[in-house]
Amino acid sequence: MTNIQSNAVVAETEGPVAPVEPETPKAKARPAWRSLNFGPRLWVSVGIILVITLLAFVGPLFYPYGPDQKVGSIYDSPSAEHILGTENFGYDVIAVLMASTRNSLINGLLAGTLATFIGVLIGILAGYVGGWLEEALMGITNIVLAIPAIVILILISISLQSTNIPFLKGIAGLALVIGITSWPWTARAVRAQASSVATREHIDVAKLSGARTPGILVFDVLPYLASYVVMAWVLQLASAILAESTLSMLGLGVSGTNSLGMQLHWALAFQAVATGAWWAFLPPTIVLTLISFGFLYLQSSLDEVFNPRLRRGKKKNLAAAAKRREEAARKLAEQGDAVGVAA
Amino acid sequence: MGLRRYLVSKTAWYLGALLVAVVLNFLLPRLIPGNPVDVIVSQLGRGGMSSEAQAAIYQQFLEQFGLDKPLWDQFWIYVTHALQGNLGLSFSFYPTPVSDLISQSLPFTLVLQIPAIILGWIIGNLLGAVAAYKGGSWDKSVFTTSLVFNSMPYYCLSIILLYGLAVVLGWFPPGGAYSLGNSPEWSWDFFSDALQYWWLPFLSLLLINIGGQAVGMRSMAIYELGSDYVNYSRSLGIGDRKMTGYIFRNAMLPQITGLALSIGTMVGGALITELVFNYPGMGTLLFSAISANDYPIVQAVTLIITVAVLVANYLVEVLYGFIDPRIRAAKSGEK
Repeated sequence: MTNIQSNAVVAETEGPVAPVEPETPKAKARPAWRSLNFGPRLWVSVGIILVITLLAFVGPLFYPYGPDQKVGSIYDSPSAEHILGTENFGYDVIAVLMASTRNSLINGLLAGTLATFIGVLIGILAGYVGGWLEEALMGITNIVLAIPAIVILILISISLQSTNIPFLKGIAGLALVIGITSWPWTARAVRAQASSVATREHIDVAKLSGARTPGILVFDVLPYLASYVVMAWVLQLASAILAESTLSMLGLGVSGTNSLGMQLHWALAFQAVATGAWWAFLPPTIVLTLISFGFLYLQSSLDEVFNPRLRRGKKKNLAAAAKRREEAARKLAEQGDAVGVAA
Repeated sequence: MGLRRYLVSKTAWYLGALLVAVVLNFLLPRLIPGNPVDVIVSQLGRGGMSSEAQAAIYQQFLEQFGLDKPLWDQFWIYVTHALQGNLGLSFSFYPTPVSDLISQSLPFTLVLQIPAIILGWIIGNLLGAVAAYKGGSWDKSVFTTSLVFNSMPYYCLSIILLYGLAVVLGWFPPGGAYSLGNSPEWSWDFFSDALQYWWLPFLSLLLINIGGQAVGMRSMAIYELGSDYVNYSRSLGIGDRKMTGYIFRNAMLPQITGLALSIGTMVGGALITELVFNYPGMGTLLFSAISANDYPIVQAVTLIITVAVLVANYLVEVLYGFIDPRIRAAKSGEK
């Protein structure tokens, strides 16, 4: 189930297979990834994420105003000069939005990757090694899972606010906190898969040939989990970005930096909603929703790519498949005739 | 036998989780370098509090936490006080006991969250199952809408609803929980007034909970639809109505565990929703406590949230033990 390639092959071979005539060696074999069924959903989600990333990293190069450049007073309405007006400190909303999106994405990348790494490490160790180690690791995981993450996040970030270590006060510190609190989901999912991979024959072969446990984990177990790890990573990215904005909205973000949550925090603090200054709160809201939707949509479409049982045949594809089968059957029949004539 | 084993092990796990949560709640604030009381009191001093009140707080704190005693004793003091309902005194509303502030805001949170979680779960599961079963454009529209709501952060939907329905259209009052001049009391006037303010935050929580459950249920039901027993029963000519019943019940089981696992997230999201609507529940209390460095309140709110979520999870898991026949049938310990 975890093997991407075998799934792809299963998805490809349907109906009676005609004996393939030896083709002229004009084209190379289709690379494996081409046989993955990337649906339109995947491209939509990739498109959303790409646009937002461009906005965050390339946008500031072309935009005339900086995020720390005072260009007006509180909540100036949108004008030709400032398309989305100014926010509560008199900064240009678009400039702040781009800086915020960049910081949120960086934070998500750091925290999400860390969380995925810890989750995969714990899951794979527990699933493969088993025994008391599995019991202990999964015990810890289940306990951490039961305690609401937001509570631990709040408590740690409050403690962090009064530390004197500059590293922990910055974006990296926040990412670290989010990373070390959000791994349990991944660990659980990976453990289940790893323990099923651990019973396969090729693991025995690896053991017999003298491979060490770390080597087996990396070269013989991990590749079979690749699709799960990728999907978990995508989910972790989204949830890390949301966790950061939740904390920032509560006033526990990194003070003095821009982030989508911070923008909302200030918009709420300065009554943007009640005064109808939509340009101050709608842009970060929409970007956050798009980021979150993009990543979740990407995850669910990857799920359909890797897991054909979730996929539903589209009428167009079904018709094409039926045509292919018909063609194959016709070829078979023709060949049968040819053989018959020859005999 | 299987059921008893299941219940015992679940109880043990949740007691363990509770212990860890209480220890974290106690320990994390104490990781702050230096004496936490010094830090907090000096911050208060900047806020223009009289030195007399500062000294009183300092004394009260030293007594309450027993900061001169070893950590182990401090923990016992903390636990015994918490069990007696003594959660300390608030800094920002000195000398109001924290438990008073919490008992004012807890009811608002409860009337908002419990209906939103339960109704969201029921409606979401029905929608997801129907979408999976009907397929086609039904599936497409329900799935995409649910996914949008599911992926939307709670506060984003809240902000959009608040702006659209309350500020622009004026259908609902923009924030708060009751009209100015009204105060919480057991009267019909107050309830009918508060109900108008309740709708909007409730709706935004409900929509997101429905979305999350529908997405999960849909994929569960699609999985079930493709399984062998469904194909077999179909070939036997069993009617659609009966089949949906089977599929629904089988797809339901993981959703019950799913509910247990998502309660924590739902509660966390709802706290921020309150903040957006300025709804005077636990979330708003927590927010104002954080911005005022009112440490006893923060600690008490996080403790109560944790305990509530753990208890809710535990109840759902116990219920699951009674519902899933496999647990009753299991003779030996099965992971």
